[in-house]
Amino acid sequence: MQLSAADIEAIWLTLKLASLVTVLLIILCTPIAWWLARTQSWLKGPINAVVAMPLVLPPTVLGFYLLLFLGPEGPMGQLLAYFNIGSLPFSFSGLVVASMLYSLPFVVQPLQNAFIAIGERPLEAAATLRSSPWNRFIYVVLPLAKTGYISAAVLGFAHTVGEFGVVLMIGGNIPKETKVISVQIYDHVEALEYGQAHTLSLLMVIFSFVVLAFLYSIQRRQKRQASAGGLL
Amino acid sequence: MTVKQPAKGLNIRVFQQHTGQSNFSLDLDLQLPNTGVTALFGPSGSGKTTLLRCIAGLEKSVKGSTNHISLNGELWQSHDFWLASHKRPVGYVFQDANLFPHLTAQDNLRFSIQRADKTQPAIHYDDVVELLNIASILTQYPGQLSGGERQRVAMARALLIQPKILLMDEPLAALDDALKQDILPYLERLCHRAKIPILYVSHSLDEVIRLADYMVVLEKGRVLEEGNTQRLISTLGTSFARYQDASMVVSGTVVEQNTEWGLSWLGFENQTIAFKQGKEAIGDSVRLRIQSRDISVSLSKHEDSSILNRLTVVIDDMEKDNKDPSMVMVRLLAGNTPLLAKITALSAHSLKLEKGQTLVAQIKSVAVLS
Repeated sequence: MQLSAADIEAIWLTLKLASLVTVLLIILCTPIAWWLARTQSWLKGPINAVVAMPLVLPPTVLGFYLLLFLGPEGPMGQLLAYFNIGSLPFSFSGLVVASMLYSLPFVVQPLQNAFIAIGERPLEAAATLRSSPWNRFIYVVLPLAKTGYISAAVLGFAHTVGEFGVVLMIGGNIPKETKVISVQIYDHVEALEYGQAHTLSLLMVIFSFVVLAFLYSIQRRQKRQASAGGLL
Repeated sequence: MTVKQPAKGLNIRVFQQHTGQSNFSLDLDLQLPNTGVTALFGPSGSGKTTLLRCIAGLEKSVKGSTNHISLNGELWQSHDFWLASHKRPVGYVFQDANLFPHLTAQDNLRFSIQRADKTQPAIHYDDVVELLNIASILTQYPGQLSGGERQRVAMARALLIQPKILLMDEPLAALDDALKQDILPYLERLCHRAKIPILYVSHSLDEVIRLADYMVVLEKGRVLEEGNTQRLISTLGTSFARYQDASMVVSGTVVEQNTEWGLSWLGFENQTIAFKQGKEAIGDSVRLRIQSRDISVSLSKHEDSSILNRLTVVIDDMEKDNKDPSMVMVRLLAGNTPLLAKITALSAHSLKLEKGQTLVAQIKSVAVLS
């Protein structure tokens, strides 16, 4: 069980990618989930569907359209070129954008469920206690949605770590730039280096197990504490 | 549109057909007193809670062109103006307490204190904690508290925001009878001590009689009756005639005590009523509740009767009981204090009772309220 320098590079790159994507998604998904949790607009259905699409689409489809959209001929590619910003496909930034899209539902949905579970009532109580909408969000919604945020972050992170198809389509196979663990494993198998493929794969299995076990334990703890009154 | 605004009190004019999804309308125009406890009374679905929520700015759908809400001349809402909930100086006690579940009782209070109107801190933390007797439960989370304890913390939280009016939505309705007994004394003390007006929603006449100085009776979103509680509930022919256990409240101060016989005497309007001695001292103000079925009348004083309390009264009004033709409800005045007596129609006939007649009211039992 030996990790090569390239393996370690792939691990670091994956962790960097997943952390950045998670942070960005938490920020981006908070307003989306808030809106979806509380709106009565007819747009709610369509937007919900769009958010959930990465769940059912093959990652290759997602990667394919992203490639077209971000590529030199695509609208975003041309816009970026106009502002003299480098091309996104086959770069780390491109991978971040693609991963955010791919992991979006895994962050939006736990947040949306958490916001729905809070309901109107604590917010009304806060409003009668001279708490402004922003103040209510920070001091009432965020603490009450804590478990939702933890779930969202863990799922977003884990799902980004586990992606493969989108990476292959939009990121390629560039060491230190786009070569994440899943691609590295694929390379090892292609090169018949089963021993090294084993090491990395086993790490992924352990990682997934730990993450999910953690997630279920906090969900159980929250249920128990909610019934006992106090929250996390 | 110019709006005539009385300088004092809560001024509400709301007209709203079908608020939100509920098939419900509000249509009322009220000027409520700036002191004491005002009860909003009525059956479920009469619009009491909706009205209270309108005042607090929680019913965002109620935005009709004729709507107007102001407190002491300070405009909260009109056809082209909306003061957000968090800017209205109200304290709101929700029916189910609605404490923040992620905060301890103490931190629920702190949430309020940190946001309180510091320009007029009229209510002190120590007083509130003592008054509501919550010092021992402050470290607990809402889920660890009983319904009554939660409700007391919620009242403390609403008071500590230093409101200019306290809105209470049936804070006792969710509690069982034993808890009500537990919490009513707190509420009464609170109402007497707080110098801010209290608007209290209730569907229990018992609570209203005990607590409210002024009352508004709502039905289907409209005002059926309003006025001084005592006068309103003693007026025959109002909606209260249907209540079997009609009762009146006599308030006064303790003028005499006799420990040997275990009795105290309440003095009011030059008359006295004896009641079982409790913790009260001479000079304390006390309110007694007298039920209509516990009063009988006679034309002269019978000194040889076992009944201790005999008041000189004048018949103010009489009316047959709608439900029970054998009974007559008589409205009596002891000075200016109204009393209700429920007697048989036969007695009324044989005693030849008529309006303006002076009688002796014999009171079989009284209950001490505070």
